[in-house]
Amino acid sequence: MAQPKYPNWPMAFLIAFAVFPLVPALDEWFFTFTNRSLVQQVPGMFIFGILTLALNAAVGYVGILHLGIAAFFGIGAYITGILTVPAYPFEIGFWCALIVATLGTAAFGGVIGIPTLRLRGDYLALVTLGFAEVVKFSIQNLDAITGGPRGMNPIPPPEIIGLPEPLFVDSIGFYFLTLAFLVAAYLLLARIERSRLGRAWVAIREDELAASCMGLNVGRLKLAAFVFAAGLAGAAGCLYATSIGSTADPNAYGFNKSVLVLCCLILGGLGSRNGALFGVFCLYGFDQILSPIIDVGFNNKFLPTVITPWLARHDC
Amino acid sequence: MLVMWAAFDWTNFGQQTINGLTIGALIALIALGYTMVYGIVELINFAHGDLFMLGCFLALSLVSVFGLNEAGVLATMPWWRILGPVLLCFLVIPLFCAGLNLAVDRVVYKPLRNAPKLAPLVSAIGVSFIFMNIGLFWGGAQDVNFPDLVAAAWPEKSADGERIQTGIVRNLLADSDTGLRFTVKDAMVIGVTVPLMLALSLFVSFTKTGKAMRATAQNPVAAQLMGINVDWVIGVTFLIGGAMAGFGSVMYALTLNTVGYQMGFQNGLYAFTAAVLGGIGNIYGAVLGGIVIGLVRSLGSEYVGETWTSALVFAVLIVILVFRPSGLLGSRTPEKV
Repeated sequence: MAQPKYPNWPMAFLIAFAVFPLVPALDEWFFTFTNRSLVQQVPGMFIFGILTLALNAAVGYVGILHLGIAAFFGIGAYITGILTVPAYPFEIGFWCALIVATLGTAAFGGVIGIPTLRLRGDYLALVTLGFAEVVKFSIQNLDAITGGPRGMNPIPPPEIIGLPEPLFVDSIGFYFLTLAFLVAAYLLLARIERSRLGRAWVAIREDELAASCMGLNVGRLKLAAFVFAAGLAGAAGCLYATSIGSTADPNAYGFNKSVLVLCCLILGGLGSRNGALFGVFCLYGFDQILSPIIDVGFNNKFLPTVITPWLARHDC
Repeated sequence: MLVMWAAFDWTNFGQQTINGLTIGALIALIALGYTMVYGIVELINFAHGDLFMLGCFLALSLVSVFGLNEAGVLATMPWWRILGPVLLCFLVIPLFCAGLNLAVDRVVYKPLRNAPKLAPLVSAIGVSFIFMNIGLFWGGAQDVNFPDLVAAAWPEKSADGERIQTGIVRNLLADSDTGLRFTVKDAMVIGVTVPLMLALSLFVSFTKTGKAMRATAQNPVAAQLMGINVDWVIGVTFLIGGAMAGFGSVMYALTLNTVGYQMGFQNGLYAFTAAVLGGIGNIYGAVLGGIVIGLVRSLGSEYVGETWTSALVFAVLIVILVFRPSGLLGSRTPEKV
């Protein structure tokens, strides 16, 4: 196989993210001037990457205008919550919950997808948006089941057979677990992209009418993409709930999150896996990791050393 | 069954219907901006709701300039000194919203006219967030009270008709024995909205510009070939849509008396839902959709529960779209090959 002429950026990023936590000095150095540990921050970005890859299947490959991916993210998180918190009798642990969350969220995707996927683009956008709002308000109002605005906790950390203790969410082990899931989702999408299913999806995106004329069952293929995106988003939601040990406030699964995912996808380029992840790296990285650091830096370093003396000098 | 029927509180039902119609008229005004813009450029203008919110904040600032926002000042003020600032609001804020809407179109949407559909959509969401943050700086994170000017100008009379009750708006049905409240506020909303919609309908049906708008909505390229200045038509559409939102925001502030930076998103979503429900691109559909949403909101919060209102609105939307995929009044356009 011929070597590509350009540097293999995805692989370089992967190696950087895989090596970085193994060198504790790097993280400690980062900690000294930001008071934040990257090992604890970055798994959130990986989970967000999985979510973006999920949306990529629906929006990027098939061209379904989907504005409600956060609802499926939330459904996954809440299924995990119900199945693992001690307040309920299930307590089936992380791995079973992950499977149930994925399948359950996919089922939700099917229930909403079957009647609505025949709608035209913008109508579908509103239906997905409306569905997301219905889910958010339902979670908020069904206080007896979901805990309302307080959310559910504690969600236990994942256990791995052979390891003496569970992977606590601030450990390097959890970092690698989320990274492994991200890589798995990436490879899964890469396989699908080159399969019969993926090529059919792209054909529908390019021209729905032509695709149906070539004998593709457009309705079922669209539904497959919608359900696949929902399931993957549900898995991401399960990881998210586990990573913060709680299902958080229902507002965490609102329209803003759906839009942020969509923005990551569009920034990186629709239909491109690497692009989607790069978009997450830029937007989520800036929004969740860099901007708090800038805030801290501004308040602790810049404000007392530059602004305050300047104001004092000018008698303000 | 018969007992339940007899026990049903028809007065309450009628009251909620009146409230629903008032809210529905306001939502319809915002929905017009969505539906007209969508009809012409096929863009979901997510910033429209936040434009409405900025209009409310401008109304608040304008009213504060006249000193109507200070505590206790309204009780002693004669009605004609309140009327002036209110009329000024009705003049200035539609102009402001129209101008801002046009500026957004020229700066943000126009360069993306031929881009893939998702690009202007996401830009619209971006503009919406920018507006929301402007609102946050302008009015703060907390909801702000808007002075109850209508109640101050037309207060309720007491039973003997002599003394006035400050702070309560006059009920126009007080003398009838229906037991319903149809206040001056409701009358104002209906009295402004209905003529505006009639004027818009006449404008679109009979003027040259209106004809050009309909032609552009049908086929922009063909309209351009017929000598219509499409960019100008789009500009007029944004102006009218913005002005409608401006009227809506003045009346919203005057009737509901709270203003907050997040109201734009919520009401914008309702209005957009109304536009889609009625068949997006159809002006009469937007009005019908607005009234349906208003009724669902008001009856739903009475009979289902306050916290379920939003969920109910979207559930109704999904159900209606499942059975009528192009909305209530939307026409089914066949796919072009």
